[in-house]
Amino acid sequence: MKRGAPGALALRDVTVRADGRALVDAVSFDVAPGEVVGLVGPNGAGKSTLLRTLYRAQRPTSGRVLLDGDDVWTLPGKQLARRLAAVLQESSGEFDLSVREVVAMGRTPHKRAFDGDDQTDREIIAESLAALDAAHLAEAPFDRLSGGEKQRVLIARALAQRAGTMVLDEPTNHLDLRHQLDTLRLVGGLGVTGVVALHDLNLAAMFCARICVLHGGRLVALGTPEEILTRDLLADVYQVDASIEPHPVTGVPQVVLLPGAPAPFGGHP
Amino acid sequence: MTEAKTAGIATAVPAAPAARRRLPYPLVLLLLVALLLAVATAAVAAGSIRIPAGQVWGILLHWLHPGLAAPDWPPVRATIVLDVRLPRVLLSGVVGAGLAVCGMALQALVRNPLADPMLLGVSSGATVGAVIVVVYGVAWFGVFTLPFAAFGGALAALVAVYFLARSGGRMPTVRLVLAGVATAEVLSAVASFLVVTSNDPHAAQSALRWMLGGLAGTTWEMFWIPATAVLAGTVALLGVSRPLNLLLAGEEAAAALGLDVHRFRATLFVCVAVMVGTVVSVSGSIGFVGLIMPHVVRLLVGTDHRRALPAAALLGAAFLIGADLAARTLISPEEIPVGVLTALVGGPFFLWLMRRKAAR
Repeated sequence: MKRGAPGALALRDVTVRADGRALVDAVSFDVAPGEVVGLVGPNGAGKSTLLRTLYRAQRPTSGRVLLDGDDVWTLPGKQLARRLAAVLQESSGEFDLSVREVVAMGRTPHKRAFDGDDQTDREIIAESLAALDAAHLAEAPFDRLSGGEKQRVLIARALAQRAGTMVLDEPTNHLDLRHQLDTLRLVGGLGVTGVVALHDLNLAAMFCARICVLHGGRLVALGTPEEILTRDLLADVYQVDASIEPHPVTGVPQVVLLPGAPAPFGGHP
Repeated sequence: MTEAKTAGIATAVPAAPAARRRLPYPLVLLLLVALLLAVATAAVAAGSIRIPAGQVWGILLHWLHPGLAAPDWPPVRATIVLDVRLPRVLLSGVVGAGLAVCGMALQALVRNPLADPMLLGVSSGATVGAVIVVVYGVAWFGVFTLPFAAFGGALAALVAVYFLARSGGRMPTVRLVLAGVATAEVLSAVASFLVVTSNDPHAAQSALRWMLGGLAGTTWEMFWIPATAVLAGTVALLGVSRPLNLLLAGEEAAAALGLDVHRFRATLFVCVAVMVGTVVSVSGSIGFVGLIMPHVVRLLVGTDHRRALPAAALLGAAFLIGADLAARTLISPEEIPVGVLTALVGGPFFLWLMRRKAAR
């Protein structure tokens, strides 16, 4: 039942080019074992593309992605899937699998041909569903769930992989407020290394030790929420004017958008 | 008051969509086995000389082991059962099982419930391979020449359709069906052309057999190659039933769950082409079995391939044995090509499926 040890992630000059354009441009950073890093940036910044290079859906044009020193692109796929789990943006199929069957897919990397599900698998599947408040959905057809329920089931599937490192692409998409908080708290509480793409800067500030800002495929800032969430950066990267104050209760910097346009090219070094 | 109200709302758990009601899996398998045995018995019993079911089993048991049953039947009946009807019934079963299993695998491989060996042009590819061998009298590999040529044609067609239908990493249903139908049409035309331009009327006659799809004149020699291929292929597919499930989640999710999608797909295309090729080389192209059976099976036992593949093999075998029985008894002594019958059943089913999908 043990989860794999949290891995150390290292990205080294990861570049993805398509049609002569760099979708991800020489991005390098490290994630320490057990650390959760938020990945933020406007639409088209390259967040999803960068994450895809981690879970082997997109081979980097150049650069390397290392997990505990092993290049994820030279590891056998099954071995990587035991060490790194990914939650992709919601996908719906044309086939009606039950929720339990969808979560059972998470056990595949631990299985050989002709292996059945044993007691351990069943317990892990049930536990993963319960962790996402989805135990009551186990027998329901996946395709009939709401967007938020589907998202929780896909996160449960990633949990069932029992990997020490998790990559999550917009895991709070479609979730209601309570489940947004629950989900991020859960990921933070697992003790896994995490890279989480998020749209909501306030959630990123609340749950991520560090925030990594992508803009036009480049890594433009990396640091603690206090270091990253500044009026200048938001004006630069998102073209919005905002006020950022530590929240009186949590002490975490919180972003409040202001209705006006940002001052044109003011103040940023 | 307001507090109590919101607390009540917050604790209310939204109801889950209802689970599909299904019979227990072992019971379904048992029923399918019973159905298969019943249909097979009926198919061996029926014909110009009717043989009672009890006698059919007596002859079979005596054949398996002389101690199992005392022969109280005229020897000619044993000959009819063992040399004429049994190979045909068993081959029908193998062909039906092979087509159903291949259909199910193809539907997962291209992630599209409308995939089927015939619709994707795989059967037509195999037919062209078979017709070339017959018309030109090629015999490079002895008894394996025909299955081998059919396999080559099947694989070529499958690869062609796959790349024609794919655009930018996606394979929309419309493109898949169009590519499959167009490929099937072109290949059927090629096969017809080869038959028509052939100078050898005998070869042309036997080539026509593949184009209509039928199992008349089955002998034991025709049985072993497809039977071995279908059995081995089905076992192989069962071994990869988990990865097949992963494909249903989509290519990226499958990759994230550790599957080398491209290599897996390429390997399984070869596996499916072997099965379809060997099947078509004895039966011709029989349509819609690979389309209908997987859908019925999914309604019965769900989509998980670990459960669905064995059920598909059993149901496919029972269906085609039944269809072949109807083909040779409905207007006897004439025979309807079994492919004509399956198309009569399958065409409307396909349309219903398309409309149902469109409605969703």
